[in-house]
Amino acid sequence: MSLHQFLLEPITCHAWNRDRTQIAISPNNHEVHIYQKSGNQWVKSHELKEHNGHITGIDWAPKSDRIVTCGADRNAYVWSLKDGVWKPTLVILRINRAATFVKWSPLENKFAVGSGARLISVCYFESDNDWWVSKHIKKPIRSTVLSLDWHPNNVLLAAGSCDFKCRVFSAYIKEVEEKPGPTPWGSKMPFGAVLAEFGGAGGGGWVHSVSFSSSGNRLAWVSHDSTVTVVDGTKGSTPSQLKTEFLPLLSVLFISENSVVAAGHDCCPMLFRCDDGGSLTFVSKLDLPKASITRNISAMERFRNMDKRATTEDRNTALETLHQNSITQVSIYEGDQSDCRKFCTTGIDGAMTIWDFKSLEASIQGLRIM
Amino acid sequence: MAKNTLSSRFRKLDIDEFDENKFVDDHDEPVDNQGPDGAEIDNLIRQYPLRDMMTAFHIALRNPPVNTKNPAIKERALAIVLRVLTSFKSSDIEPAVKSLDRSGVDLLMKYIYRGFEKPSDNSSAILLQWHEKAFAVGGLGSIVRVLTARKTV
Repeated sequence: MSLHQFLLEPITCHAWNRDRTQIAISPNNHEVHIYQKSGNQWVKSHELKEHNGHITGIDWAPKSDRIVTCGADRNAYVWSLKDGVWKPTLVILRINRAATFVKWSPLENKFAVGSGARLISVCYFESDNDWWVSKHIKKPIRSTVLSLDWHPNNVLLAAGSCDFKCRVFSAYIKEVEEKPGPTPWGSKMPFGAVLAEFGGAGGGGWVHSVSFSSSGNRLAWVSHDSTVTVVDGTKGSTPSQLKTEFLPLLSVLFISENSVVAAGHDCCPMLFRCDDGGSLTFVSKLDLPKASITRNISAMERFRNMDKRATTEDRNTALETLHQNSITQVSIYEGDQSDCRKFCTTGIDGAMTIWDFKSLEASIQGLRIM
Repeated sequence: MAKNTLSSRFRKLDIDEFDENKFVDDHDEPVDNQGPDGAEIDNLIRQYPLRDMMTAFHIALRNPPVNTKNPAIKERALAIVLRVLTSFKSSDIEPAVKSLDRSGVDLLMKYIYRGFEKPSDNSSAILLQWHEKAFAVGGLGSIVRVLTARKTV
């Protein structure tokens, strides 16, 4: 587990490039900073300044090397590297509220933006006019869209929103792709059709994050009522929900077909397993603190503490977890969604931590990633 | 202009009712959640300590009035549950909590917080003990679910 503290500002969101040598982060302001890895250090190489409001989402397309950012200024920009400089292209989203989340599709020919305008903007590049066009998915979303994830077939889009529901939409754009084949989620997929809707029913909380598994058959989401839910599209539509005893989780990610990593306000990533029978169980917290060594405080330290803090105890106010504040995003660092070996977390404490499953399996008793 | 400021009838309008983007929760109204059976509970409490308080406890937590909007039913159910909770001995609380499943602990937490809202002479002390034991099993998640639940008990 290696932790790198960027600055003291919260990291709102981050995105990696394809070979993980560069990371784009937004330190809770209008800019995106790109850091380049050099040895063991991270050196700032670019600053992307174009947005007029806080950046709420960044995504870096691995193959085409383009960055899309979206912000509270209701805009999204697609950035391309030309002669060592990142040049922005404005995308007209046609939304009248802030954008909240952005994600490239698997084939990188479109991207989806969630917004507070209760709609999702699916954008694709129209080469005749040389600009990005957006199409809206509005019905039946009734509140802010908090999170999106694409299905591997490049057409289906899962959206978690503040109306307590998680939905699967079709974002099929006939101008850029062929008609998709049938999936366990449905076979007729005109643009904007709702193929599945989960949650609500008077309970539940805001859906903070959604994630498709690598096969696209499973969908997981975490909600503000401290629950994790997984539904398997091939086994009917009853989601299996786990009510956790932790604080709400903010980000969820499939790291294999049967395992899910989630992290949130408890500042600690947690591992969950969903077996083929469909039941979801909690496996382990992945940040187990080492036993703290009680030190004998010298007389000098006692008087210093008395002077500085009006106390003689060695009271440590730091949290026991690596992250000192909530984790807001989990992403894959090494591997892919069917077999992840390392993952990365960033949070409100401004730190970025890379977690390695090999060392986690060695240090935590009985931990096996299936 | 002076005339317009005299009328304050506009202040009685709830402007949010007219907002077309207002979020309306979908509600289903099943009828049989009428709250726990008062007579049965009375019987059991009267026979305490001869009869089992656990049975009274489980009966009290059955049929929570989460789906109705009728405040009378909710008040009645709350009164019944609080009677059972306050007549427990401190040593019996922990096994009672352990006998519940996850949703039972969440439901118990909801009743405990409702009981906190109107403290009476000795209810707070016993409710705090219930809270401590329920928290040990349910954790912070059960309290978060009390706060985020839209179907209140």
